[in-house]
Amino acid sequence: MIRGTNRFVDWTIYLILTLVAFVSIAPIVNTLAISFSGKIPAMSGQVFFWPVEFNLSAYESILSDRDFFVAFGVSIQRVLLGGAINFIITVLMAYPLSKPARMFPGRNAYMWFVIFCMLFSGGLIPWYMTIYSLGLLDTIWALVLPTAVPIFNVILLMNFFRGIPKELEEAANIDGAGPWKTLFVVFLPISLPSLATVTLFSIVGHWNAFFDGMILMQHKENWPLQTYIQQLIISVNSIMNTTDPEEIRRLTNMSSQLLNSAKVMVSMVPILLIYPFLQKYFVSGIVLGAVKE
Amino acid sequence: MKNRAFIGHYHLMLLPGIALLLVFSVIPMLGIVIAFQDFQPTLGIFRSDWVGWDNFRYMFSLPDSRLIFVNTLVIASLKIVFGMLVPFVFALLLHEVIHIKFKRIVQTVVYLPHFMSWVILSGILINMLSLEGIVNQIVGLFGGEPILFLQSNSWFRGVLVASDVWKEFGFNTIIYIAALTGINPNLYEAAAIDGANRFQRLIYITIPGLLPTIILLATLSLGNVLNAGFEQILNLYNPIVYQSGDIIDTYVYRAGLQEVQYGLATAVGLLKSVVSFLLIAVSYTLAARFANYRIF
Repeated sequence: MIRGTNRFVDWTIYLILTLVAFVSIAPIVNTLAISFSGKIPAMSGQVFFWPVEFNLSAYESILSDRDFFVAFGVSIQRVLLGGAINFIITVLMAYPLSKPARMFPGRNAYMWFVIFCMLFSGGLIPWYMTIYSLGLLDTIWALVLPTAVPIFNVILLMNFFRGIPKELEEAANIDGAGPWKTLFVVFLPISLPSLATVTLFSIVGHWNAFFDGMILMQHKENWPLQTYIQQLIISVNSIMNTTDPEEIRRLTNMSSQLLNSAKVMVSMVPILLIYPFLQKYFVSGIVLGAVKE
Repeated sequence: MKNRAFIGHYHLMLLPGIALLLVFSVIPMLGIVIAFQDFQPTLGIFRSDWVGWDNFRYMFSLPDSRLIFVNTLVIASLKIVFGMLVPFVFALLLHEVIHIKFKRIVQTVVYLPHFMSWVILSGILINMLSLEGIVNQIVGLFGGEPILFLQSNSWFRGVLVASDVWKEFGFNTIIYIAALTGINPNLYEAAAIDGANRFQRLIYITIPGLLPTIILLATLSLGNVLNAGFEQILNLYNPIVYQSGDIIDTYVYRAGLQEVQYGLATAVGLLKSVVSFLLIAVSYTLAARFANYRIF
């Protein structure tokens, strides 16, 4: 595209974009700086974007915090188990649903059912009662089974499967491949970017979920990491019934700010580790799901 | 033909997913009968007393009901407006950038908060907005008095909208960028030959090119006017700001799971589910008719 020659406009645009990017990342950088600072500067608000009185004491004390590691373990377990279940269900549902109704009568009925389940819900209380009645409270299954069918991912992968030329499948069928073999030998290998997209979505979803852990896990040792952090940091704010600054200071327990910042940073690490992959795949995934014509 | 033998396998492939949906989506849907009962967990839905529309009548008699409904609508609408506007402007600015590397870095940075949970972001926000936090330090530099952002009914909605935009604007930019790359470059060349300046090209080519996307997003957002952001508000609010920040979902959570008024909470939740479902159905129908949008 042809650019304007107006330097001033160009510089203004670059400046605004740089500022916006900086503001987006500033809260995270600030938290990072606090987590590496000394206790006094962290408590008294002297830290901006660089650690003051640099030290690692907050991270050292995490190392001896058993609850944190237990919660981290539950989260890892949930991501692996939940991610695997999501993957299997997504692949197995997307393939038959990608068939046109004339090849698979009943396809549209299934589709409407799935869409209905995505758009309508019984609400929180009946959902909780169902899981309670099934005896799943305080088990890992409560975190992975109710979320086992990621409908958005199914639709995304289904749309991708529909774009695969029919000739490929026909050729496989002529060679004697049944539906299972066609799915695993023909469809999956050429769908790797889409599979990566839906898998990353489901990993991020499982890692970030806190609410189910909060209401379905009554015992602390079953909390996933996000629930643990929620209970540790957030719940103090959510019961605070005062506007008296001294009272607020007392309740928020400023001295834990340093440690909390370090915990927040550590819980971000897994997302940051997969972030390069996320960035590579999700753009195509979103576009596939959102602006399909 | 051979296809007939395949159909049984197709049903088989769908079986696990459909079974899980039956258990975890359909059974809870049937559980909405709780809204018409004086539900006691020890008795279950089969032996609890039926009370007809009492829970709904009670709901409408509560002064809180109007409040949470208004809060939900106002917060959700503000988020929809700013959630569309900011990414739109941002995408237009980004579109003007020639240096690919600069563009990539900016995108990488602004997408990041989307992938963080509201627990993490709220932890950061609570810290930042506290009396000793960085925001109040900056306010102090300009000579202002420290502000209790999360304990103030005049600030709380602003914090909600701003932090929601912070989390999502980068990600929402993607859709506009995709639409921008779809604009025919010849149009720009032709306009430049005809002597159109940068601003004129923006007004006569870029914005009309984005219009279908904007209309589509606006239509689909209709389905979200009752979704004010449960996870965000649950993590940021406190009793002081219930007046400006308590929404349907947080109310259902408190009434149902903390105060064990199951019937009432289910009734409120049911009302929301039904209205939301109707809104989504309307928005999809409109989008299908006018923007040729198909989700499947």
